[in-house]
Amino acid sequence: MSKPILATTSLAGCFGCHMSILDIDERILTLIELVEFNKSPVDDIKTFTKPVDIGIIEGGCCNSENVEVLRSFRKNCKILISLGECAIMGGLPALRNGIPIEECLHEAYIGGPTVQLNTDHILPNDDELPMLLDRVYPCHEIVKIDYFLPGCPPRADLIWDALVALITGDPLKLPYEVVKFD
Amino acid sequence: MENIVKQIIDKYGSDSNRLMDILIDIQEEFGYISRKAIELMALTLGISQVDVEQVITFYHFLSVKPRGKYAIYLNNSVVSYMFGRQAIKEAFEKEVGTTFGKVTDDGLIGLFDTACIGMNDQEPAAIINNKVFTRLTPYRVREIVRHMREGRELEELSNESYGDGKNQHPELKAMVSSNIRRKGMILSDDYKTGKVVQSILPEMSPEAVIAEIKHSHIRGRGGAGFPTGFKWEFCRRAKGEKHYVVCNADEGEPGTFKDRVILTEKPELVFEGMAVAGYAIGGEEGILYLRYEYRYMKDYLESVLDKMREQNFLGSKIGEIEGFDFDIRIQFGAGAYVCGEESALLESLEGKRGEPRDKPPFPVEKGYLNFPTIINNVETFATAVRIIEKGGEWFTQFGTEDSTGTKILSISGDCMFPGVYEVNWGFNVEDMLDMVGAYDVQAVQVGGPSGTLIAKDEFHRTLGYSDLSTGGSMIIFGKQRNLLKEVVLNFMEFFIDESCGSCSTCRNMPQVMHNKLLKIINGKGVKKDLTDLKEWGKILLASRCGLGQTAGNPIISSLKNFHHLYEDLIQKDKEFDEGFDLTASVKESCKFVGRVPNFNHH
Amino acid sequence: MSNLIKFKIDGVECMAEAGTYIIEAAKKNGVYIPTLCNMPNLKPKGSCRICTVKINGRLMTSCTTPVADGMEIESTSAEISELRKSIIELLFVSGNHFCPSCEKSGNCELQALGYLYQMMVPRFPFDFPVKGIDASSPKIIKDQNRCILCKRCIKSIKDAEDRSFFAFRGRGNHLEVVLDAELASTMTDAQAEEAMRNCPVGSIIVKEKGFAIPIGKRKFDHNPIGSNVKV
Repeated sequence: MSKPILATTSLAGCFGCHMSILDIDERILTLIELVEFNKSPVDDIKTFTKPVDIGIIEGGCCNSENVEVLRSFRKNCKILISLGECAIMGGLPALRNGIPIEECLHEAYIGGPTVQLNTDHILPNDDELPMLLDRVYPCHEIVKIDYFLPGCPPRADLIWDALVALITGDPLKLPYEVVKFD
Repeated sequence: MENIVKQIIDKYGSDSNRLMDILIDIQEEFGYISRKAIELMALTLGISQVDVEQVITFYHFLSVKPRGKYAIYLNNSVVSYMFGRQAIKEAFEKEVGTTFGKVTDDGLIGLFDTACIGMNDQEPAAIINNKVFTRLTPYRVREIVRHMREGRELEELSNESYGDGKNQHPELKAMVSSNIRRKGMILSDDYKTGKVVQSILPEMSPEAVIAEIKHSHIRGRGGAGFPTGFKWEFCRRAKGEKHYVVCNADEGEPGTFKDRVILTEKPELVFEGMAVAGYAIGGEEGILYLRYEYRYMKDYLESVLDKMREQNFLGSKIGEIEGFDFDIRIQFGAGAYVCGEESALLESLEGKRGEPRDKPPFPVEKGYLNFPTIINNVETFATAVRIIEKGGEWFTQFGTEDSTGTKILSISGDCMFPGVYEVNWGFNVEDMLDMVGAYDVQAVQVGGPSGTLIAKDEFHRTLGYSDLSTGGSMIIFGKQRNLLKEVVLNFMEFFIDESCGSCSTCRNMPQVMHNKLLKIINGKGVKKDLTDLKEWGKILLASRCGLGQTAGNPIISSLKNFHHLYEDLIQKDKEFDEGFDLTASVKESCKFVGRVPNFNHH
Repeated sequence: MSNLIKFKIDGVECMAEAGTYIIEAAKKNGVYIPTLCNMPNLKPKGSCRICTVKINGRLMTSCTTPVADGMEIESTSAEISELRKSIIELLFVSGNHFCPSCEKSGNCELQALGYLYQMMVPRFPFDFPVKGIDASSPKIIKDQNRCILCKRCIKSIKDAEDRSFFAFRGRGNHLEVVLDAELASTMTDAQAEEAMRNCPVGSIIVKEKGFAIPIGKRKFDHNPIGSNVKV
């Protein structure tokens, strides 16, 4: 049997969850033995080149590009995992939910205390840019997600144990200390 | 202003248990309850200001902001919509020049939605400064608003002839029709007020009264159906310095209005029934807890009480019975469906937010002010008089074995003759529909939104505690109605608005279920949504009171009896759809930054 | 200890003084029943519904129901556990609970129950309600985003004249717990600390003080909620 293929991405996240993947330390060598990476920041493959077994999503969806990437993951991956608080519930980017979009944009580009150089009050509107969504969405409110691994970031042990369980088919043990929301 | 507020507080003996009365008086005097008034109440009653505010903000008819010289409350129950509410709403907004939820800039007119006001047989209806305006049309709306602008008195606004029967009484003068379509032992005119307290009770011990009530097998008419005789017996046995008799006239279940008719046409029977109960349990004080929507009856009911006192049907030594002292006062709610739940009602009576109490203890042990208390429905008290007059045995000949006697139904919706019908228990739905002239019926809501929505295949079922139990609300929906969109959604909104919010379950779950129903109605539903709704609805059963436990019933019951309506709406080709719409979700931001949405890049 | 009666929780024989509320009686017998609104020495008001148990086929809250002789209580069945888990999830989606940025994380009882019942994701859609933060009082911040309306602060924090600092405002899903502006100015440091301590979540935070204990060393970081009850 060929190795399971893995893909990962970070949507509206901070890459902290990816850092936590790296936090499995020397087990990463075993991981390379166990799986093959496809589209992922880990190997810098930009597009799917073959069907993928497991897709790992960090971050929720705050713009149209996030939605597009998430949908392509759903299309190309057999199993999708929401990794971390942002993917699961929007996380810190979702703090803007409930604030009118005009206010958010005004704060970011016109009126905010750190805005100094945008004297012409230009709002980014180039056609190539992703479009901002009305709020930040958890991934499972856009596509079907199969598994959820909470944490900010999810503990490396949780990621490792979950992946091994998925790949080997062994039951997943969840010690109290690995499932945390912070 | 200060002086008036002080006088009002004084009038109720600076008693925080009478906070509801104080707040209602202030609201009516000034059209709102000001910060200054709140400060004064807090200071005088020795509570914090937020404690006063938490009561105000609980009740729909109390407000910390001015509601206008004329405050218009337009009923938003489903039957109101069925009979043209939308046109009335638009007419009001156009004429008044503001939208619902707001007051005109000059402070003259405020427009507000309100839950069922007990006028389902004459919708659309509104309450304006405690007067009820029924059968509204856009023309009448224009006229009413014009007259308000001319500064006319409220009396002059209702230029229709007054309603029928006692609605024409000088103390009542309501434009309401009683619409009595069928009479039985309660609504018939063959009882002379005072007969029981004056001629029969002198021959009976309190225990004998309870025995007779038990023998009749009458069960509570409010909907829960607890055996009345046992309730009275438990209360009589409960130890306490005082025992209270409370009449629950907070009929808030959308679609019910039979208590309105009983209280208009037969109030003496209700009050005498309370006196009988007082005699039976050994209580001297009775309280009629009347929903604020029926405030228009206040003067009339007070005059009835006065007359009964004059005739010694109330007061001391009633019927010349030594020690039989009993009197009644009326206390009002202020707009909260949940106060129809007996323990929430007690909280409200004590001047608090109407949050149901945890049981045990039950009110018969610890009720009003912690004294043993019986709480019965208006209809139950009225019926008790006839039972004592003619005997429990006589009573059991009416109705069925497990549901004895008669039941007064409030029938409304798609039928020729909406109104109240007193029938024997055991009536079946089919006969009922034929009786009221309802043709091409799609569904009947039995027992109001908290009850059951039944389809044609269940019309053979009978009304009674062991089959179709009902507090009296029957709403008929014809073939032309969109049940999910017009009816079920409206009922869910009702429960969302009326939850007291105390339980985590009832505070949140109706909204979650409502949103999911809306998603299904909008064509975004999938099969899983139906199983979710069914499962999620069960969570509500962990709520404290009947409101919470039944708040999912509109969906649960339609899902069961009208499953095909849901099936028709869900997407067959999709397993997953959480309702996300990319085009809609980028619209706002694109507009603000000034770009045309573009979904084709990459 | 007079008047001892026998009852069963999940089939296990227990004993307690008659009239004790089930939740307390269970605790005395080493059985933990979770709650978010109940607190020792305060009049119970079953509002969070988490302590729901099944007795004779009926759902009852164990914080408001006294034990009775021969009572058989079902507390850890699949049905009850699932009910509790769903209520916890419901509380998560109906507020704005951003654990990673909350000062109470690790000491939060709602979060701890999420851990106990292994909530990986709430089954309900997130509501993201619009709620405010009241920082106008000198001593505390009242963050409505995190409030679960348990009433603990309302019942427990009173001034010398027994007036409540906190009270409900509104009803239904607009319900809030608000702080009395006038009394707030008289709140002592001790009262502020107690209010924060009694709050099961991070809705009441004492000003100018946060993260005194680092994440990873907090109450529920290593030990599940209720583990102190077990005998």
